[in-house]
Amino acid sequence: MRFDTPAATNPIDQGKVIGKPIPRIDGPLKTTGKAIYAYEWHDPNTRYAYGYIVGSAIAKGRIRSMDVAAARTAPGVIAVVTSDGVGELKKGKYNTAKLFGGTEIQHYHQAIAVVVAETFEEARAAAALVKVDYAEEKGAFDLTAAKDSAIEPEGGGDSGAGDFDAAFEAAPVKLDQVYTTPDQSHAMMEPHASIAAWNGDDLTVWTSSQMIDWWRTDLATTLGIDKDKVHLMSPFIGGGFGVKLFLRADAVLAALAAREAKRPVKVALPRPFLMNNTTHRPATIQRIRIGAGRDGKITAIAHESWSGDLPGGGPEVAVQQTRLLYAGANRMTAMRLATLDLPEGNAMRAPGEAPGMMALEIAIDEMAERLGLDPVEFRIINDTQVDPENPERPFSHRNLVGCLRTGAERFGWQERSKQPGARREGNWLIGMGVAAAFRNNLVLNSGARVRLDREGVVTVETDMTDIGTGSYTIIAQTAAEMLGVPIEKVAVSLGDSRFPVSSGSGGQFGGNCSTAGVYAACAKLREAVAQKLGFNRTDDLVFADGEVRSGDRRMPLAQAAGDEGLVAEDLIEFGDLTKTHQQSTFGAHFVEVAVDVATGETRIRRMLAVCAAGRILNPITARSQVIGAMTMGVGGALTEELVVDKKRGFFVNHDLAAYEVPVHADIPHQEVVFLDETDPMSSPMKAKGIAELGICGVAAAVANAIYNATGIRVREYPITLDKLIEELPEIS
Amino acid sequence: MRAFSYERVSSIEAAARAAATTDGAKFIAGGTNLLDLMKLEIETPTHLVDVNGLGLDSIEATPEGGLRIGALVRNTDLAADERVRRDYALLSRALLAGASGQLRNRATTAGNLLQRTRCPYFYDTNQPCNKRQPGSGCSALAGFSRQLAVVGVSDACIASHPSDMAVAMRALDAVVETVRADGTKRSIPIADLHRLPGDTPHVEHVLERGELITAVVLPKPAGGEQIYRKVRDRASYAFALVSVGAVVHPDGTGRVAVGGIAPKPWRDEAAEKELANGAKAVAAKLLAGARPTEQNAFKLTLVERALSAVLVEAKG
Repeated sequence: MRFDTPAATNPIDQGKVIGKPIPRIDGPLKTTGKAIYAYEWHDPNTRYAYGYIVGSAIAKGRIRSMDVAAARTAPGVIAVVTSDGVGELKKGKYNTAKLFGGTEIQHYHQAIAVVVAETFEEARAAAALVKVDYAEEKGAFDLTAAKDSAIEPEGGGDSGAGDFDAAFEAAPVKLDQVYTTPDQSHAMMEPHASIAAWNGDDLTVWTSSQMIDWWRTDLATTLGIDKDKVHLMSPFIGGGFGVKLFLRADAVLAALAAREAKRPVKVALPRPFLMNNTTHRPATIQRIRIGAGRDGKITAIAHESWSGDLPGGGPEVAVQQTRLLYAGANRMTAMRLATLDLPEGNAMRAPGEAPGMMALEIAIDEMAERLGLDPVEFRIINDTQVDPENPERPFSHRNLVGCLRTGAERFGWQERSKQPGARREGNWLIGMGVAAAFRNNLVLNSGARVRLDREGVVTVETDMTDIGTGSYTIIAQTAAEMLGVPIEKVAVSLGDSRFPVSSGSGGQFGGNCSTAGVYAACAKLREAVAQKLGFNRTDDLVFADGEVRSGDRRMPLAQAAGDEGLVAEDLIEFGDLTKTHQQSTFGAHFVEVAVDVATGETRIRRMLAVCAAGRILNPITARSQVIGAMTMGVGGALTEELVVDKKRGFFVNHDLAAYEVPVHADIPHQEVVFLDETDPMSSPMKAKGIAELGICGVAAAVANAIYNATGIRVREYPITLDKLIEELPEIS
Repeated sequence: MRAFSYERVSSIEAAARAAATTDGAKFIAGGTNLLDLMKLEIETPTHLVDVNGLGLDSIEATPEGGLRIGALVRNTDLAADERVRRDYALLSRALLAGASGQLRNRATTAGNLLQRTRCPYFYDTNQPCNKRQPGSGCSALAGFSRQLAVVGVSDACIASHPSDMAVAMRALDAVVETVRADGTKRSIPIADLHRLPGDTPHVEHVLERGELITAVVLPKPAGGEQIYRKVRDRASYAFALVSVGAVVHPDGTGRVAVGGIAPKPWRDEAAEKELANGAKAVAAKLLAGARPTEQNAFKLTLVERALSAVLVEAKG
C-alpha cells in the first residue's frame, strides 16, 4: 500500500479498539516470567555451551600476541576464539567500530576473544586467563581538546536562511552561550545477549534486537555468509533505547563460538561491558546565539554543535530541532565532528533532539528572562506553522501552543516566582521550569502478514519488535479494529526474521509505522474476505462484531477463512508527504524542583508533560512511554554522565553503581496529558511517535527550574550539587 | 571468579584457626561485597570460611549499659532493633541510608565495617591500582576522583571508605571485639580498626590473619540529638559524597563523624571542641591537611554546609 496522499476517513477512525486504554496483552507473560528473553531460551534436549567475552584492556593500539594456552586448558573449556585468530571480518553497514576480528584495537573493551566452556562460571574464569600483549598507541579522548580539529561531517550538516550574522548584530536583545552535554549510556535492564546454533550452514540466533532485518543483514555480512542462511528471533526485549538498533558483539561472538564449539553457545555481555563495548550517546559542546526584538520576536538564531566519534562515525545531530522549532527569518546551524578514540557514539533515545533540546531550551529560558517575558509566552510568540528555513513547506500538524497553554494551566504555572531564588520552604529552595518538547516524526516502510482462521482468530506476523513499548498491544488493536473482532481474537507474533520486514523499533517510528503496515495487510485481507464471501459492493462494507456487513447482508467473518485459512501480506510504503510537509511531534514539560539550600541536592517534586503527537493508539502504553522518557530526562538533568578518563581513554563509571540512573525515590508524581488530535499526513493510523518526544526538553525544564529555585544558571550537564554549592546562599 | 574451596565452621575458634592456617583463606558472612569482588577477580580467595553458622546474631545489653551487637546481626535487624532506635538513633539512621532493603537483609555488622572501597579503578582490573595490585600506581589521582577521599589520603591511594554504618559507629565510640587464631581475644576501638593508606593501601585494617570480629560493642547511650545526614547525587542507592553523623547535646557540645571523605570514618575530637563556634570552625579542624583533587575539592565546602545544616536541625 502506497501512502502518498493524506489519509481519508478509514476504519481506524471508528476508535472502537484503537485509542482505548487496553493493558498490554503480553503483560501476563511478563509478570509471570513466561516471556522468554534471549538468554533464557532453553531446549532441554540441547547442551548449551557458554561464551564469555574478553575485552581490550587498552583504548587504542594493536594486539601483538595473545596467549590463550592457560585458558584452553582451564576446567570445562571447549574453545577459545580470538580476534587475531579469526582475522579481519567484514563490518556491518550500521557499525562504525568493528565488533570483532583482526589485531587493531579501536576502543576500550572492544571484543578480542570469546572463551567457551561447559558452564558460565568456567567460561568466565578461563576468560580471565587470556594474556594479551598490546602495542598501545596514543589516542584522542577529550572532546574539548579535540574541538578545534573538528571538521564538517561527511554529507555536510550546515543549514541556514536569511543573513544570521547581520540580524544578530542588529538585534537589540541577544544571547550567546555555550552548553555542554556529557556522554550517556542507554543503561537498559536487559544486557545484550545471544544464543547461536548452527545446523550445517544454517545459523539460528536468539537475540535482543530492536531491528531484526538490520541485524540479520549485518550479521551475515560480518560472518561472510548468505543472509538467507540466518534466522534471527527476538520476540521479547528488556529495553534498548537505541543500543540494540545495530548488530552487537554478543551475536557475532555467539555465532563464531558456536561454529568453533560445534554446539549452541550463549553469550551475554556482562554489565561492565555495556558502557565501553557497545554504543553511547556522544557528548556535545553547543553554542547558541539568539537575537530578538524588544517585542520578543526572534530575528536571528544560530546553533552550532561539536561532537566526536571514531573514524567513519557521524555527529550527534544536536542542532536538528533548532532548524524547525522557532520562527526567525535569519538562522544558521552547523555541526562539526572531531575524531575521538572512545567507544562508538550512536543513537540513544531521541538522538539529536535529546541533547539539542537540553541546550536550546535553557537558551530560550535565558532569552525570555533578558526580554522580561514569561518563558511560556516567549515560546508562543515564536511559534511557527511552517518550516522556518523553507516557509512554503508547512508542518503537517503542529500544536505546540496548545501544549504550552494547557500545561501552564494544569501545572499552576502562574504560581511560579518570577524572581529566581525567592521561594523557600524550610530548607528547600523551590523553583519551576518549563521547556518545549520537540522530536521529528520519522517514517519507515513496514510489512506485515495477517491470517484468518476458521475460528475467526486473526494472527498477525511481522518482524516488528516490542522493546517494552507495547508493540504487541497496539498491533493487536489495529488488527481488531480493521477486522471487527475483539482483541482477544487477535494473536500477534513478532521479532522473527521469517516474518515480513517491518520498520522495527527506533526513532519513535515503530508504533506508527508498524501499525500502518498491519493496517495495509488488514486492508488486503478485507478485500480477500469480501471476495470470498461474495460481497459485490465494497464501499459500504463494515467489519464489526465478528461479522462482515453490506447493506442488509451480513456474514460471519470466520466463514471467509475456510479450512485453509485466508492470508494477506502487504507493506506500507511511504511517499513524499514527509518532503512536502514537515512532520514533527510536540509537547511541553513542566517541572517543579526543590534544591537543598545547604547541600545543593536537587529533588524533583512534580512533573507534567503535555503531548501533541497525532492519534494516541493506546493511552496506557503511550503514557508508559512518556513517563519512562521523563524519568530518563531527569537522569540526564541530574546524574547521568559517562566519565571519560582522558589519559587511558575509557568510560570509568562502567556499571550501574557508578553510572547513576534515577531510582524510584528520585521520581515523584508524573502527569501526562495527550492533546486530542490526528495527523492524516503521518500514515493511515494518523498517529506519530511519542516514545522519544517524552525525553526531549525534560532536562532543560529541570535546569530552568533549578535556576528559578536558586538563581544559579548551570550550562553543563549533569547539574550535580558541586556545580551549585559555591553559589548557594549562606546558611547559619 | 577463581575456583575456591569452602567450609562451614561451627565454632569461633575453628573459624579463626581455619582462616589462619589456609593460605588465601577469607571469611564470608553476608557476601554482599565479597562475592561481587570475586566475580571480578578483585578478590581471589582460595578458600572461604563460612561463619554464618556461628550464631553471633543477637543484640544484648552490656553490664555497662550499652549494647553488644553480634558480628552476624544483619543490617536490617540492627536498624530495626527497638533499643538501637531509641538510644542509638544515629546508628539506625545511618544503616537505613545505606544500600537497599535486599542488601541490608544479607549484610552483617562485621562485614559492613570491612567492606572495600568503591573507587572505580579498584573495580577495573585493567587499570593500575595500588590497593588492588600494590605498586601498580594510582589511576584515580589524575583520573576520575569526584567520589573519593580528601583527607587521610596518600600519594599511593585516595580511596574512600563507603560505609554509612561505620560513620555512626565511630561517632558512638563503638569497640570491635575479636578472636585471634590462637584463641586470644581483644577489643579494638573503632578509631583504631581501619588504617590510613600511606604506602600500603592494600592493608586496610589492623586485624591479623585469621582474626575474626565477634561483636561490636556500643557504650552506654550518648543521648543528645542524633542526626545522620547523607548527601548524594540521587535520593537512594548511592554512596555518600559526604555524610555527617552527629550527636549534639542541648548545651551545644557533641560529636561529629564524617563519611565519604576519607579512607575511614573521619572524626577528630579536637574539631568537636569547636562545635560552639559553628560548622566553619569544626570543618576547618576536621579537614586540616586535606588534599583534594580538582574534582573533589567541592567536598570541603560540602562538609561545612552539611554540618551547618545538621547543627541547625539539632537545635530544632
